[in-house]
Amino acid sequence: MINLEIPKKFKPLASQANQVATEVFRPISRKYDEAEHSYPKELDMLASLIDGMNEGSDIGGAGAAGVRRESNGDGDGGNRNGSNLSTVLGIVELCWGDVGLLLSMPRQGLGNSAIASVATEEQLERYGGKWAAMAITEPEAGSDSASIRTTAKLDGDEYVLNGEKIFVTSGDRADLIVVWASLDPSKGRAAIKSFIVERDNPGLKLDRLEHKLGIRASDTANFILQDCRVPKEALLGSSEVEDKQGFGGAMQTFDNTRPLVAAMAVGVARASLERARELLAEAGLEIDYALPALCQPAAVSRYLEMEADYEAARLLTLQAAWMADNGKPNSLQASMAKAKAGRTCVDVALGCVELCGAAGYGEDELLEKWARDAKILDIFEGTQQIQLLIVARQLLGKSSAELR
Amino acid sequence: MNGNDKGAGVAERSMGFGLRALNRLAGSDLLDRIRVRKQVERALFQGTKNGFRTATAAGRTFNAAQKLTRPARQVPGKPRSLFDITPDDEQQMFQEAVRDFAEAKVRPAAQEADAERKIPADLLAQVNELGVNMLGIPEELGGVVQEQAATTTALVGEALAHGDMGIAYAALAPGAVATAIGHWGTAEQEATYLPAFSGEDVPAAALALLEPRPLFDPLKLETTARRDGEDWILDGAKSLLARAAECELFLVAAQAEDLGPALFVIESGGKGLSVQDEPAMGLRPAATGRLLLEGVRLPGAALLGEGDRDSYVECVQRARIAWSALAVGAAQAVLDYVIPYVNERTAFGEPISNRQAVAFGVSDIGIESSGMRLATYRAASRADQGQEFGREAALARKLCAAKGMAIGSEGVQLLGGHGFVKEHPVERWYRDLRAAGVMEGALLV
Repeated sequence: MINLEIPKKFKPLASQANQVATEVFRPISRKYDEAEHSYPKELDMLASLIDGMNEGSDIGGAGAAGVRRESNGDGDGGNRNGSNLSTVLGIVELCWGDVGLLLSMPRQGLGNSAIASVATEEQLERYGGKWAAMAITEPEAGSDSASIRTTAKLDGDEYVLNGEKIFVTSGDRADLIVVWASLDPSKGRAAIKSFIVERDNPGLKLDRLEHKLGIRASDTANFILQDCRVPKEALLGSSEVEDKQGFGGAMQTFDNTRPLVAAMAVGVARASLERARELLAEAGLEIDYALPALCQPAAVSRYLEMEADYEAARLLTLQAAWMADNGKPNSLQASMAKAKAGRTCVDVALGCVELCGAAGYGEDELLEKWARDAKILDIFEGTQQIQLLIVARQLLGKSSAELR
Repeated sequence: MNGNDKGAGVAERSMGFGLRALNRLAGSDLLDRIRVRKQVERALFQGTKNGFRTATAAGRTFNAAQKLTRPARQVPGKPRSLFDITPDDEQQMFQEAVRDFAEAKVRPAAQEADAERKIPADLLAQVNELGVNMLGIPEELGGVVQEQAATTTALVGEALAHGDMGIAYAALAPGAVATAIGHWGTAEQEATYLPAFSGEDVPAAALALLEPRPLFDPLKLETTARRDGEDWILDGAKSLLARAAECELFLVAAQAEDLGPALFVIESGGKGLSVQDEPAMGLRPAATGRLLLEGVRLPGAALLGEGDRDSYVECVQRARIAWSALAVGAAQAVLDYVIPYVNERTAFGEPISNRQAVAFGVSDIGIESSGMRLATYRAASRADQGQEFGREAALARKLCAAKGMAIGSEGVQLLGGHGFVKEHPVERWYRDLRAAGVMEGALLV
């Protein structure tokens, strides 16, 4: 039964997340945009609150930790609305508040998603309740994550990690870093595994924190791994160097996290659209949905164009999450959502700045900040181009060797 | 009906003769020597503009077969509690039947129908047998679905347009009139007109909103309806009606005195009504034509329903969902066609789809057509649940107009020169998909 509205049972969650965004995030948004690298301590209490929300319900929370593939259906003839959808809805609301602050939320890192996606029960128990960041990118390997050079060598009961990791979101603040490394660089992607490294491991050295265009509330760390020793049990998933499953297992995390990043983009885009609409209304421009766009002022027509793209991005994001909830393979839809939401978010945020002129460009409003924040959402968790590659390979039935 | 076809044929032929003579005249320098070229050209322009009109079809007589005490209406569906993208069983049944038919019968007929601007009569009859024109008819009057079926109608439109958008337009246009009468008509209008649409011999009919001018606004019509005692007098012109010359029934939107925009039920054959052929860039199988109204006198009862503005605005919005659905189907057709093409076509020693510049074009078609589909479904599903859907319909329409056009263009581009020639259908989809940004009214969910 086709229905693309927010399910009734998730409305309280979305409303709570919206209150957090309004009462906690928005008031400190500008403060931490200016005070880059200082920890938003206001988030500690909030994180505890969200942990409580996650504990107390089976519908997942408002952060990244709730994501886990489900397969059993309930209600509505096998149709299921579960934690993937509720998480996406929560993230949209929180990022309507501030995406940089969401990325700084304790215990809601993308590392938590990786752990939730592939960890064994023992690992879940051992690392549960901790804040986990994700370290994939290296100075010489970004989108091409199969060519990472960080190595992991088994030495007795421990793995020894060596290499350099950059762009680790919340890397300095998290308790754990999920580090991608190769068991044998000569064996390519099949040998790539992820390892959980405690932040206070002496072999994990902070190199520096980045200064950025946007999401300045979120810190972005660069690390050197020097003979960093972790227990054998810190390896996530299977330790076998298989032909298919190894790298695929690591990449599987992305099918779950891409809709989350798409949701962030949807939240930022909505914030921009809503504020621009208010400012346009003050300037005497109202949007009329019954009138054809071209019969209205150019600014309204442009606004409708952006809102239409936003609608598509939002629905593609909900679709990807809904598929995950129902155990349907969603790699294609996850990448479609990420591609559409990423580019739409940038176009919308920049477009709203233009529509609002100096008011939009100046720091009195948050529109200019959202336009700066937006750009990373079309880059991390797979750039626009990587998403287009994944979508193309799936649609055309091509391998990564054929379509590079 | 046949008489009209023949008439049009004669008109076309005589126009052909005339043009041949004219071409000789235009090519000679006699005109320039006697300095009458401008006058001749102007006379010709006026002659063409006013000429080639025919009377509307001599239609059947519509009689009320039963008496209703109040209008029968389809009920809105129950509000759904969960997010879901899967059609229900009934919808899947329609979707699959129409999808199979579109693949087996519509697509193979599309090229010729486009070239000839004519659809084989038995093809339209077969589409009709699938029940696609009954989806908006209340059960009491011969309909087959109890609840409002905007989503089902959108799914049907999408599936049929995957076969061909122009044929889909022609095939579904009568259903739009039936749906409008079923939604907003008076008891008498329903009893008079709806039985014909649930029978085997469904009349050609047109929901006529669009007018031939730039920046057309369906809420500010140039077609007028002024009162004359109990009667209405209508004047104006309506554009791009499917099978205009064959239509037996029109629902015409006019700016009604004291009411604002409203719909009027007009049977063909009346005084002051005429049709003019109006070929366009695309939708050619639908043999689009223009309806001209000159002092058309209608009884007071010709006003559809109460003539209230809300119903009219809802009609405009439902039409936008319908055109979005057709664009989704045609966009999917483009995607399904270009994938094997770019995989098989080789250049520089490998399939062209091994190149990102080509592959990313395919990705964008996939992404945008998926977004178009979801936006369209959302608007339709809100309508079925009795929720406000004006915003969603407007956004779906805006998206489908812009992305549909881009997809049509990219489809041709990916085939290069081969896309520009009629050997492949992509040039037809290029022309048809532009309609999603132009049409108002005409179809309904």
